[in-house]
Amino acid sequence: MSENSQVISPAPISALGYPTKLISSDETYESVTQEIGSIVLTKPQPKSWWIGATAAFLLLMLFLFSIAWLLYRGVGIWGINVPVAWGFAIVNFVWWVGIGHAGTFISAVLLLLHQKWRTSINRFTEAMTLSAISCAGLFPILHLGRQWVFYWMFPYPDTMGLWPQFRSPLIWDLFAVSTYFIVSLIFWYAGLIPDLASLRDRARTRAKKLFYGTFALGWRGSAKHWRNHQSAYLLLAGVATPLVLSVHSVVGLDFAVANLPGWHETIIPPYFVAAAIYSGFAMILNILIPVRKIYGLENLITLRHLNNMANAMLVMGMMVTYSYILEEFMAWYSGDIFEQYAMANRAVGSYAWIFWALIVINVLVPQTLWSQRVRTNPVALFFVALSVNVGMWVDHFIIIIVSLTRDYVPSSWRMFYPTFWDWATLAGSVGLFLTLIFLFIRFLPMIAISETRKIVSEKMNANSHA
Amino acid sequence: MIDDLRLPKTVKPDSNRKSEIGNRKSLWRSLDEFSNPQKFREQLHDEFQNGASDFSDFNRRDFLKLMGASIALASLPACTRQPIEKIVPYVKQPEELVPGKPLFFATAMTLGGFATGLLAESHEGHPTKIEGNPDHPASLGATNIFHQAALLDLYDPDRSQAVLKNGEINSWENFVAAIRDVLQSQQTKNGGGLRILTETVSSPTLNFQIQELLKKFPDTKWHQFEPVNSDNIFEGAKIAFGEMVETQFHFDQAKIILSLDSDFLYSHPNSVRYARDFAERRRARFPQNEMSRFYAVESSPTVTGSNADHRLPIRASEIENFAHALAEKLGAISNPAIRNPQSAIENLLSAIAEDLLQNRGKSIVIAGENQSPQVHVLAHLLNEFLGNVGKTISFTESALANPVNQIESLRDLVDALKQNQVDALIILGGNPAFNSPTDFQFAENLARAKFKAHLSSDVNETSALCDWHIPENHFLESWSDARAFDGTTSIVQPLILPLYAGKSAHEILDAMVSPPGRSDYDIVHDFWNSKNPGANFENGWRKALHDGLIANTKLPEKKTTLRAFQSSGTGVSPVSSSKENPLEKLDGRDAHPTTQNLEITFRPDATIFDGRFANNGWLQELPKPITKLVWDNAALISPALAKKENLENGDAVELEFKKRKLKIPIWVTPGQTENSIALQLGYGRKNVGHVGKNAGFNVYELRDANSLWFGEGVILKKTGEKYPLVTTQAQQTIDSDERQILREGTFDEFRREPDFVQKNSESPDKNDTLFYPQEFKYDGYRWGMAIDLSACIGCNACTIACQAENNIPVVGKTEVARGRVMHWIRVDNYFRSAPANPEMTHQPVPCMQCENAPCEVVCPVGATLHDKEGLNLQVYNRCVGTRYCSNNCPYKVRRFNFFEYADYKTPSLVPMRNPNVTVRWRGVMEKCTYCIQRISEARINSEEQNRKIRDGEIKTACQQVCPANAIVFGDIGDPNSRVSKLKSHKLNFSMLGELNTRPRTTYLAKLRNPNPKLSA
Repeated sequence: MSENSQVISPAPISALGYPTKLISSDETYESVTQEIGSIVLTKPQPKSWWIGATAAFLLLMLFLFSIAWLLYRGVGIWGINVPVAWGFAIVNFVWWVGIGHAGTFISAVLLLLHQKWRTSINRFTEAMTLSAISCAGLFPILHLGRQWVFYWMFPYPDTMGLWPQFRSPLIWDLFAVSTYFIVSLIFWYAGLIPDLASLRDRARTRAKKLFYGTFALGWRGSAKHWRNHQSAYLLLAGVATPLVLSVHSVVGLDFAVANLPGWHETIIPPYFVAAAIYSGFAMILNILIPVRKIYGLENLITLRHLNNMANAMLVMGMMVTYSYILEEFMAWYSGDIFEQYAMANRAVGSYAWIFWALIVINVLVPQTLWSQRVRTNPVALFFVALSVNVGMWVDHFIIIIVSLTRDYVPSSWRMFYPTFWDWATLAGSVGLFLTLIFLFIRFLPMIAISETRKIVSEKMNANSHA
Repeated sequence: MIDDLRLPKTVKPDSNRKSEIGNRKSLWRSLDEFSNPQKFREQLHDEFQNGASDFSDFNRRDFLKLMGASIALASLPACTRQPIEKIVPYVKQPEELVPGKPLFFATAMTLGGFATGLLAESHEGHPTKIEGNPDHPASLGATNIFHQAALLDLYDPDRSQAVLKNGEINSWENFVAAIRDVLQSQQTKNGGGLRILTETVSSPTLNFQIQELLKKFPDTKWHQFEPVNSDNIFEGAKIAFGEMVETQFHFDQAKIILSLDSDFLYSHPNSVRYARDFAERRRARFPQNEMSRFYAVESSPTVTGSNADHRLPIRASEIENFAHALAEKLGAISNPAIRNPQSAIENLLSAIAEDLLQNRGKSIVIAGENQSPQVHVLAHLLNEFLGNVGKTISFTESALANPVNQIESLRDLVDALKQNQVDALIILGGNPAFNSPTDFQFAENLARAKFKAHLSSDVNETSALCDWHIPENHFLESWSDARAFDGTTSIVQPLILPLYAGKSAHEILDAMVSPPGRSDYDIVHDFWNSKNPGANFENGWRKALHDGLIANTKLPEKKTTLRAFQSSGTGVSPVSSSKENPLEKLDGRDAHPTTQNLEITFRPDATIFDGRFANNGWLQELPKPITKLVWDNAALISPALAKKENLENGDAVELEFKKRKLKIPIWVTPGQTENSIALQLGYGRKNVGHVGKNAGFNVYELRDANSLWFGEGVILKKTGEKYPLVTTQAQQTIDSDERQILREGTFDEFRREPDFVQKNSESPDKNDTLFYPQEFKYDGYRWGMAIDLSACIGCNACTIACQAENNIPVVGKTEVARGRVMHWIRVDNYFRSAPANPEMTHQPVPCMQCENAPCEVVCPVGATLHDKEGLNLQVYNRCVGTRYCSNNCPYKVRRFNFFEYADYKTPSLVPMRNPNVTVRWRGVMEKCTYCIQRISEARINSEEQNRKIRDGEIKTACQQVCPANAIVFGDIGDPNSRVSKLKSHKLNFSMLGELNTRPRTTYLAKLRNPNPKLSA
């Protein structure tokens, strides 16, 4: 119970010099509920919420407009061609799926590992996961040449006896991503139930009472409820944990299974998992840092949380860097000239500047996280995380698109140039993501009230023992 | 009824069918009715009730309505494609017509005056595909790209559709009245004010008609002009022999070939035949066989030059010196005035000389039509000296009706125009206002003629300047006749009634000399009947129609001797006393190039020729064989010149030649002569349909009569502007040694070590796969293809034949620029060694139909499948368009419909399509199917007859069109099939075979036959 001892430690700094405070010492049960619940129930939304939500909504409209134009004209509005038959849609898909990863990692894996610091951020990360998967889930459909028959990929009882082809990694993808979405949704919702009940009890208007009451599913907070809830929650965490590994490695198989130089690598599935958690933590930081500031949640989301997430990001970043090195090594070691060329092409080919930009923003910039001053400086951390987020997108661009531009037969080599619609769809999906996040902030408790109260309880118990 | 006139190729009027022919006698009697064309037309209409002939009734109003509607609809994706019209079955089934079964009719197409025999495929009355006529000597079953694309010209919605007077719609009757008035007034002048301008004519009927006219009006003059003509060849022959002779080459007999700037494999009138003969000597299948050796001297890389074992890029203006130096070296002439050429050339020259001397009577020296008459004289001299005449070369009369020097002929006309001597000018075809030498100022002078009429298939630059424009019928719509290069005469028979109110040259001339009303059928038929008045004429006529040629019309060999030269025991030496000694004209030319002095050369464009095909989307989008450019022409410059002038692809330059200026983008072309700039004719048309609009640059503006093919003294200026040039093969210089995508070797290497290809190929075991290696049991046919790279000349005919056969859409320049060209078979170019003069290899790449197909396993919906005969099927209506298959295809042969590329809206394009091939829609993947519709047809036929499909019974479209016979398709399960034999050959290799895709399409390695003395 070293964790507990840290919590009760009166000094805010650990022996290694890390911030240790999980929660402000002033917090009580009441203050926690009040602080979190009031954002949803009573406090008027701050100006920044309105500005942010409007911007996000406008981007969402751009997204819808891009989709409408896409359906009307066809995927030719993008810059894709032969040989680069997969473009931004797949890059965006892989990027968003990756971002979704941190949610489950923080919620489930850290829960099972008894990492208590997760409590004040897990709700938010789960919401972020769902939003990110919603964005990700749209792209494989938009990507299709005939989007309106996307359901042909599902194994449904077709009168013609047609069945999807289970050898295709795209079908594995379909199952992996949809499973992940469903499990994440249930997990998130299960955690939400006690809090929804709290909100129901505190709501003043009929509409709010009805809304929260409906989704609270009659939660009364009885001991029996709590016992069932806790075991269900742990079980769900158990179910979700392998998904952290499976989803992005299955997405990685889309590439590893193909025979394209630059794709056909066994490193890709594990590497994708590391990269996913990497970008997931970056995205949480990018959202939590402003939210924490705007809503004055510094007492609940402390520097310790930021520090821990920065640490996790650093570890994942090192794994990503290791993968880059291993990829080049394996290309050389394999003796496969096509693979060697694909790797050399990344570094010195027409897209070399993007590759070196990637090395800077995805490998070098995160090295600043070795410094505790950066880790505990929210502004610096915000920009490092932003760099990683962009970096991971660029990373997927290089793996997916740059590999496609030059494969086996040089006569078919061709550059890829994104069009306005490529960018509009990417920006639009960010709009969808942010809109969902803003709605979440507005309507649901962004920090798990009940779990935070548990921390308070532990703190008070420790204090009373002391 | 029309079927009685046109004989389908599939029905032979042999003795077995006597009774049938006998039965038809009653039908033949009704031919009398043909003199009443109105009635004839009505009958035809009754026969073809569901639309075939309805086009003839398209009046302008209906057409505009439809066009307007289609333009309005063009921007909307269609929800339904049900036909609007009610579908009516045949009430009376026309004879020989089984719905769904195509008929083949023999016909012929002319280009540059010379005919190539064709078989046109007709589905329920619509021509849908053009094939070569295997019985025709200029075709032997193959065609070139122009013949294939002619089909699209027929259905071109931009074709001229009505008689125009000063741009307003008028009627044929009014035109006839007008021209008769003109002739009336010419009576008194013996026709002195009347001029006829035609293109090159080989048609005996047309010639007869013109001669009839000239008899009536003795002072009338007949001019002929085409921008790509044989003037130099004829002038050369006149100097050498004192008479007009045509040289016939027999490349199948030649061991050593030297080309002096001749593109005989691609742009020669007989190129289809020559390519076949040439390729026969290039496929050295067995080490003991002989392979020809080919030297090419040319200024700009051509298809022909790209096949050379040794290619020397020198300026077009120096080729004469080269030829002269060679003649001197051989001892064919002696002339001290000639200085030695550059030493770099010296080695090659000696090697060629030695090779030629060692192979007397087995060599060919051929000069291009763009080289001066002197070069042709030298070529004749060399052939004579080497004893080739009568062996690899023979002489005949020209097959042309009236071969003239066309530049002089047009000059006469222009002079007459300038002196206001021309009252009436009848232009039958062509586009002289666009493509005549710029110093003639034809367009300006044309205005001086009082009466100007132009027959043309489209309203072009010349039509716009004429009082009358008459729409010209397509050769698939009208009767005519024409002669092939060797003189073989064909009747051009139509497959379809004229789609619009078109007329032929025959009908115009007929209207001028006799009472109007005769149809082109009557004219051609009557002409031949008058020549063969026997009782058997109709049988002969029918046989000629059926066979696609008139037997025994090949020109006889002509004995002729070199004038001004006398043959001695060892060689030919000039007779000094002769006044017309050609050597006088060759004397004292400097063989050293002046590097400051840039040269430009003019060549017909590789795909749109002299500009006549500018509105043909298939040809516009067909990559030029060497540069792979589409939709544009460019000034081709050498890598060295580009470096010197600091130019890169697409940089616009200003070329100044004889004070005339032209702005044009450049394209850096490997193999281009350093100080020579190559320009292609035909682009930059102004009065052209929507396809050819804004495409390319008009280089005719620089071309004058004195520098028709090349000229020196060009000033090149960089403008700093950029122009987007689009190519289908972005990667030009390729290091294929490392990737080993194709295999090459020399003939000597092959002789020393016949399995050198196999030795260097990695072929993994069939079981080295994660999937079930025995998943597919092939117990029936196993389709496969072998492509002989030694035979392939890189002419692109396969690409366009596939496009016609498989309803492949044209996507336009912007889409090609984005990498979305749709061709199912492409021809990749490989350049090896220094870019100044690289070795070039062409590799046609269709779908490999892999046995372990990477595309199949990744499709999530199973839209691409393996069948039990080994084909990779693409099920269009199951495809959802993930495009994963394309990513996973190492050969990148899959094509995707990024937009709705197929044109469902233009009504005239609908009947063109092959009804046996699905027209693909937006969002689905497509690719080569090995012409599965042809396989199915053969399967049905064989099952009906309870037998197996015979070897060679199925020919894929690419195989059928191939002039070089480089592509062989068949059952690889049958060890005796041609394709099996090729596949078991030691030169056989799989492209990227190390990936264990196990392609069904394999290649025979490219062999070259370089001179060992030069490679050492």
